[in-house]
Amino acid sequence: MTDDTPIVPAEQPEGQPLTSGQPQASAKEKYYVRFTLAQRYLHVVLFSSFLGLAATGLPMRFSDNVSARFFARIVGGFGAILFFHKFCAVVLTLAFLYHLKDIAARALVHREKGIFWGPTSMVPNWKDVQDIVGHLRWFVGLGPKPQFERYAYWEKFDYWAVFWGMIVIGFSGYAMWFAPFFARFLPGWALNAVLVIHGEEALLAILFIFSIHFVNTHLRPDSFPMDMVIFTGKETDEEFRKKRTLEYMRLAAQGKLEARVGDKPVYWWENFARVIGFTAILIGLVLLVLTLIGYFGTA
Amino acid sequence: MFGSLFSLPEVACIAGKRQATQVYLPSDDSQRSVSGRGTLAAVLAVVLLLGFSSMLRAQTDCLGCHADKTMQDAAGNSVGVDADTFHASIHGSLSCTDCHTSIKQYPHPDHIVAVKCETCHTEQAKGITGSVHASASAHPCTSCHGDAHTIFPKSDARSAVYPLNIPRTCGNCHSDPALAKKYGLQNVFSVYMDSIHGYAVSKEGLLVAANCMSCHGSHNILSHKDPKSPTYKANIPNTCGTCHGGVMAEYTTGVHGKAVAGGNLNAPVCSDCHTAHAILQPTLADFRMQSTPICGSCHKGRFATYQDTFHSQLGLLGGYVETARCWDCHGAHNILPESDPNSPVNPANLIKTCGRCHADANASFVKYQPHANPRNRKLNPALYFTRFFMNLLLWSVLGFFSLHTLLWFIRAKREQGKRGPAEGENHD
Repeated sequence: MTDDTPIVPAEQPEGQPLTSGQPQASAKEKYYVRFTLAQRYLHVVLFSSFLGLAATGLPMRFSDNVSARFFARIVGGFGAILFFHKFCAVVLTLAFLYHLKDIAARALVHREKGIFWGPTSMVPNWKDVQDIVGHLRWFVGLGPKPQFERYAYWEKFDYWAVFWGMIVIGFSGYAMWFAPFFARFLPGWALNAVLVIHGEEALLAILFIFSIHFVNTHLRPDSFPMDMVIFTGKETDEEFRKKRTLEYMRLAAQGKLEARVGDKPVYWWENFARVIGFTAILIGLVLLVLTLIGYFGTA
Repeated sequence: MFGSLFSLPEVACIAGKRQATQVYLPSDDSQRSVSGRGTLAAVLAVVLLLGFSSMLRAQTDCLGCHADKTMQDAAGNSVGVDADTFHASIHGSLSCTDCHTSIKQYPHPDHIVAVKCETCHTEQAKGITGSVHASASAHPCTSCHGDAHTIFPKSDARSAVYPLNIPRTCGNCHSDPALAKKYGLQNVFSVYMDSIHGYAVSKEGLLVAANCMSCHGSHNILSHKDPKSPTYKANIPNTCGTCHGGVMAEYTTGVHGKAVAGGNLNAPVCSDCHTAHAILQPTLADFRMQSTPICGSCHKGRFATYQDTFHSQLGLLGGYVETARCWDCHGAHNILPESDPNSPVNPANLIKTCGRCHADANASFVKYQPHANPRNRKLNPALYFTRFFMNLLLWSVLGFFSLHTLLWFIRAKREQGKRGPAEGENHD
């Protein structure tokens, strides 16, 4: 924390110009690697299949809605919708299994530390609880803005919400897909329950991702209109310092900061990612509107 | 002598004599076959010729003027008669004066008394009198049978009341929207023509397919509100059962048939589910889609819970109508209570019933409740609490994060404002 101290005041909400110490747009602006290529691809696969599942699941959930029938007709009727739904489900399942395999390999084979505990872990800890309280206090002007480690509490929530959601929606989905098989070891009422669970959890996932996750991660003023780090894998020195101050300081203190330095994202790749990302956000927002119409239109 | 014979109401008698008369009509195609019967027929013909001579003369006398097809009376009505068609028609053997009784001699008066069909056709006339078409001025016999000089027996394809021609004949009036509006009738002609019956008649040429007359009768057509009408609700099973005997037998053993037979006219008859005129082939997607809400119009609670299920949700999207509709499980015509061992939804039969679609259906699988209500705590407690928990999760997560994100957004905007506009440029 020795030679990084100057950055700390910059993070205080006292209104000091953050950019004063370091002129922006300098040619030697540093980029730090946050996500590996595999993680970025996993996100793409995740949101692509999720968009597909949402787009094909919504018409089924709100099948008495006009837009649902219209969409079903242009896709090719229910048979086509169910086919795409199952296809996306299998893709997402494979992505989920790949992720589990990745975690297991990192923890068991590579003996990587800090996966299940510590500042770089996704597992919630006491600091996250403090951060929630502190962040909320900051929102209403009752305290200073908390500083965050590698994964802030809302990012961990995003992760576990998706993790839990995939287990719950996936299990209930497969239970419906292979109902006679699952009926062998599930009670009769469970076959009724899985549709309720599947639908409600999917509704939660859609509403959460397309409103909360979009705003928290991409549309909030600090990241607007899109946080490109999940696409490029890299963030600027300034973003790193500002958004994940504690990690930055920890790495600096440990002398590991330089090891994380990466190249500036390639121009075309960043633009390409923007097109993909904005398309996804746009589709998501349309689906959010349709969900709200479906939910409140038929409730 | 024969004039009095023809005034008898016996149509069969007229028809019988007609064949013999045809011998003397050169235009008749059947002459050859009649003359081929040998001496007996020839003797008979000579006898009949003597008896018919006066009548024949009378017909030729009239046709001397009226054979001119363009001939009109003072009011502009056509009074011309196509002699060939008339001779071939069912009345072709009659003398003109048999019907035009007021004409005794030539020249006849300008105004002659209208022909009274009921003089011969008393039974039919009696039927018309009590029917919805009672008004003779609005519905003269000719409005359905066509010009009196061109009437053919109903088994003749040239007849306006030949089974295949009936829809068009009735449609002359009943496809007119203005007329339908005037009498408060539904405009049923076009939907009938598109129905399975209309298709069978107009496209397949099936003589046995139901035409208007098959259900409504012919002369004695009564309002469907009249308990004597074949289209009165309680009579409909029998009316349809005239052709659909097997279905009627099933229907009468089912709950709906028993209820109707017991006088409960709220229970459905054939037309309540199949509709009266727009009847579709039951395996058609359109019928599968349209009839579930029809069941639901009475069975509201069951319909609501059905709509919550995958069976309904799938089907509503179109293109996949194979999902279970009411009658796929409950049966269609002989619907029985669940407690009846013959009911397809009797617990003992569920594996077979569900197994019709779900090949691997097993004892546990069929415990699925196709009408479960997650909102009913007493009937479906497990489902109720599942839904309750899921909703609690949904709204607590969304509630917390909505507030969280909103407050964050506001705070972040204010921070941004304090730092100045230069801040925004960092993210490009």
